[in-house]
Amino acid sequence: MGIFDIIGPVMIGPSSSHTAGAARIGLLAHYILKEKPVQAAITFFGSFAKTYRGHGTDKAIIAGLLGYSADDPALREAFSLAKKANLTVSINTSENESNHPNTAQLQLVGCNGKKLDIVGISLGGGKVSISQINGFDCDVSGENYTLLSVYNDQSGVVSLVSSFIAEKNINISQMRVFRKGKHKQAVMIIETDGQIPNEIVDKISSLPIMHSVIAIDPL
Amino acid sequence: MFEYNSIADLLRLAQKNNTTIAQIVIKSEAEEYETTEALVTNKMQQRLDIFAASIKNGLDDEGLSTSGMVGTDAKKIEAMPPLILGNIAHRALLYALAVSEGNAKMHKIVACPTAGSCGIVPGAVFAVGEAKGADREKYSSAMFTAAGIGNIIAKNACVAGAVGGCQAECGTAAAMAAAAVVDILNGSNEQMVHAATLALKNVLGLVCDPVAELVEVPCVKRNGFHAVHALTAAEMAMAGVKSFIPPDEVITAMYEIGRLIPVSLRETSEGGLAKTPTAREKQAQLQNN
Repeated sequence: MGIFDIIGPVMIGPSSSHTAGAARIGLLAHYILKEKPVQAAITFFGSFAKTYRGHGTDKAIIAGLLGYSADDPALREAFSLAKKANLTVSINTSENESNHPNTAQLQLVGCNGKKLDIVGISLGGGKVSISQINGFDCDVSGENYTLLSVYNDQSGVVSLVSSFIAEKNINISQMRVFRKGKHKQAVMIIETDGQIPNEIVDKISSLPIMHSVIAIDPL
Repeated sequence: MFEYNSIADLLRLAQKNNTTIAQIVIKSEAEEYETTEALVTNKMQQRLDIFAASIKNGLDDEGLSTSGMVGTDAKKIEAMPPLILGNIAHRALLYALAVSEGNAKMHKIVACPTAGSCGIVPGAVFAVGEAKGADREKYSSAMFTAAGIGNIIAKNACVAGAVGGCQAECGTAAAMAAAAVVDILNGSNEQMVHAATLALKNVLGLVCDPVAELVEVPCVKRNGFHAVHALTAAEMAMAGVKSFIPPDEVITAMYEIGRLIPVSLRETSEGGLAKTPTAREKQAQLQNN
C-alpha cells in the first residue's frame, strides 16, 4: 500500500465501495462490451440493493458504462447523460443470496447487437472484481494491464498466446484460465506489467479458435 | 533504504538523515515505486488542489444529500461567528463539515484515509495553514507527514470501519491531521508523532454504526468534531505533552480493540445508532421510496 492509497483515491463520494467501486465495475463492463451500450438492465444484490440510492451506486455504474472514471463529476448527472447517449437503463433489486454483499449484475446490449451478461463485486476501498462474464466464473480487477481471451478450450492455446506476449518482452504477472468443461468455451485472463501492443492483440485475435480478445488498461 | 514499518522506524530514519518525517515518506515512496521524489511531490500537489476544491464545493452546495439526512450544517456554522471556539478551530470545523457534506452529495473528494473520514485532514490542515500563512511547500510537507502516519496505521492496524470501527477511520484521520498540524507549526518530528498518538488514543473504542448504511449520520458531524479534536492534540504536543503509551503500542491497541468490537458495530448498521427507532424509521422510508 502506497501513500496515495492513504491520501486517496480521488473519487466522487460518498462511498469507496458503493460509489467508486460501482463506477469501476461499470467502466470494466464498458471495456469488455467494447461497443456503445444501448440497453442496460442492472440488478443489485445484498447491501447494494438496500442502499444504492443513497450511495449513488446506480449513477456510478451508469457513468462507468458510458466510459466515465470514478473521479469524474459527471457521475452525478449519469441519468441525463444516459438519455443523451440513447442508453436505456432499468434498475432492479434482488433479495436472492449472492456470494458477496456488494454485487451487481449487468445485462447489456451494445449498439451492434452484442450481448453481455456481467457480474461485478465491490471488495472495499474502491477495489472490484468482475466475477462472471456470460456465465463464466472469472476474476478481472482492472488494476493491471489485462488481456481477456474467450476461445475454445484445446491444448497449446495458453502456450501460444503467452509466446506472442513474450516476443515483445512483456512480463506476465498473473494468468488464470476458466472453462466450462474440457474442449468447451474457456476464458483466459492474463495480467501483464506492461501494455500489450495492438499488433499482438490483433495477432492473438486472428487465431481461428478465438471468439474475442479484449485488452484493458489499468483503470 | 527508507523503508519504514513503524513510528519508531520513521523517527529513527528521520534522525539518522537529519531530516523531517515528510522527507522520509517522500524518499520511501520514490524508492518503493521506482519513481523520482519530484514526481511523488507533484502528485501530492495535485491532491492539495483537489482538497482545496472539495472545501469550496462543499461550502457552495447548499442542497441536501439524496437521503435528506445531511447537507446544510456547514452553512449554519459559516453563518455564525465563533462564540466559544477560536477562529482556527471554527474554520477547521467548518471545512471538515463542508468536505464531508460534499462527499455525501457526490462531489469529488480525496479519501483520507477513507471517504467517510475525508473531511478531517483537509479541515484541520487548511484552517491552520491559512491562519499561519503556510506556503505550498509547507502544505505538501504536512500532507506527507499525515500520509506517513496513516500508512503505518494501515500497515499495523487498519483504516476501515468494517474492520476496526470508527476509531480506525476517523481516529486515524485525526491522528494524521494532528501530526500534519504540528508540521505546519514547525514542531519537531517527536511532537508530530505524539500529536498523532494523543489524537488516536482519545478515540479508542469508537464504533461505526451508520444510520441506513449511509456515510451520513453520525459520520458528517463526526468529521467536524475530529478536525477540532486533532487541533487539541496538536496544541498539547506543541506544549510538550507526550503520550505515556508509545505511539506504536497505541496503534497495536487500536487494532486489538477493533477486533474486539462486535460485528454489529463495525459498519454493518446492525447495532447502536443504526438500530434506534428513528434510524429504523428512516431506513424503512428510504427503502420504500
